[in-house]
Amino acid sequence: MGKRVAIVDTVQTEHGDKLEDNIREIMFGVVRQLLDRVGIEKSEIGTMVSASSDYWEGISCSNAYYYDAAGANLKSGSNAEEDSGLAFIYGFMRILSGDYKTALVISITKCSETPSAATLTHMSADPFFHRPVGLNETVVAGLQAREYMNRYGITEEDLAMVVVKNLGNAQKNPYAHRGGQLSEEEVLASSMMVYPLREMDIPSTSDGACAVLLAEEKIARDLTDTPIFVEGVGWGTDHSFLGDRNLLNGSLPKAAERAYQMAGVKDPSNEIDMAEICDITSFHEILWMEQLGFCPPGKGADLVKDGVTAMHGKLPVNPSGGLFGANPYVARGLIRIAEAAMQLKGEAGDRQVLDVSRAVAQSVHGLGGQLHSVIILGT
Amino acid sequence: MSGESRILEGYVSLPYKWAMGAATTRFFEELKNKKIMGTKCPKCNRVLIPARSFCSHCFEKIDEWKEVSQEGTLRTWCTVNFSYEGQPKEPPYILGIIDLDGADVGLPHFVGGVDLDDFEEAAKKVHIGGRVRAVWKENRTGNILDIDYFQPVE
Repeated sequence: MGKRVAIVDTVQTEHGDKLEDNIREIMFGVVRQLLDRVGIEKSEIGTMVSASSDYWEGISCSNAYYYDAAGANLKSGSNAEEDSGLAFIYGFMRILSGDYKTALVISITKCSETPSAATLTHMSADPFFHRPVGLNETVVAGLQAREYMNRYGITEEDLAMVVVKNLGNAQKNPYAHRGGQLSEEEVLASSMMVYPLREMDIPSTSDGACAVLLAEEKIARDLTDTPIFVEGVGWGTDHSFLGDRNLLNGSLPKAAERAYQMAGVKDPSNEIDMAEICDITSFHEILWMEQLGFCPPGKGADLVKDGVTAMHGKLPVNPSGGLFGANPYVARGLIRIAEAAMQLKGEAGDRQVLDVSRAVAQSVHGLGGQLHSVIILGT
Repeated sequence: MSGESRILEGYVSLPYKWAMGAATTRFFEELKNKKIMGTKCPKCNRVLIPARSFCSHCFEKIDEWKEVSQEGTLRTWCTVNFSYEGQPKEPPYILGIIDLDGADVGLPHFVGGVDLDDFEEAAKKVHIGGRVRAVWKENRTGNILDIDYFQPVE
């Protein structure tokens, strides 16, 4: 790869169950803070890519509602529907094109304003076959978890360990909207929501926003002492018919392979120092880790059990607390990228993990992980 | 700006009309006659349900119709024990992916005919690898819910 692109800086809201401000005001606040931190003006933003979703905002062309509030008035701007990981990759490519030297990537979701995630993800099921039987993200998570647990023999206790770890980590993340030191017993005492997954296995949704400034290498070095380089990206989409898909081997392994190849990573379990991934349920953290190449299929739970993915383990996963810490649906992928960048910059405060020079961030949307984006970042 | 931020409440309800295409239209017509029809790809020879007019793997058109069995194997399942707006059924209920005999892909549908009040008993009947058979609605109008559910068979 010739041209190098780096993250200059990131800003997040203090995510919450319910943020009081209007979406435009939140967007203005996040971007204003980012510009002030970096020390540039609105006029110096080359292009802007946002991620939001009309269903998740109740306004069509949802991005048009807040573009000017994010500093993109009359600028070149575009939007990636639903997945903010893809928006990041899009912004990265805008700089690679040579047309822009800087790109602002933003995402916001206020789940407190919308119907539930179960209702909205039901709308991503087609109206002929999948919607009439009520498929949505939560139900498909149950189907996927049952198939996995049957094949590999992991237990509800194994899943509970992920919840305990992530909520524990979230306590140290000032942007997280929840966190706590729970016991596995407390997780296992929560009600069964979509067997085999309990209420506490599924992170509820949040309000939150995130902004990331990307720049070509020379400008990035002018603007920060700690540029974080985008070393590799990959993404992919699986079949729309659920019954056609292998729910335990979908688009993520291929997306990850593309990203690793671009970054020159041959052995992710040894060459990746930490990961921020979209734990849409406790079970999915286990599955995604395997598909990101951290361990062989069926062995993900062992990584949690053995402490490998703990805050100060060999390969910390979601030191931020992941979606258990905060789950503003569309913005969650960009937050993973921002968290990974903060770790690499050494600016993650109480949740800082040690000795990190390369990290992976993963974003997902669609039922059962139909679409994944994988981003490799390095110092 | 400090001060109170009030909430505006609203509701979005919009009508849509979706073209089914010829394959889905015939698939639904055949359901009225209690037939589950797939289409067979001329290249990979897979029988795909619901029937469709092309194979997205081989990227070829499909013209050959093939009836599949009303009985099959349960690939996976879950119980739905929570409510959401737009939900098609009163919880709790079971959803599964069924691999019908003669088809090469699965069909997501309800699994029924078991008493969910006793979960242990239900889980003995509903299990991965278990056999299930289509139970049809009395009045069939040509949609996926003409199959009421799939019931475990002994």
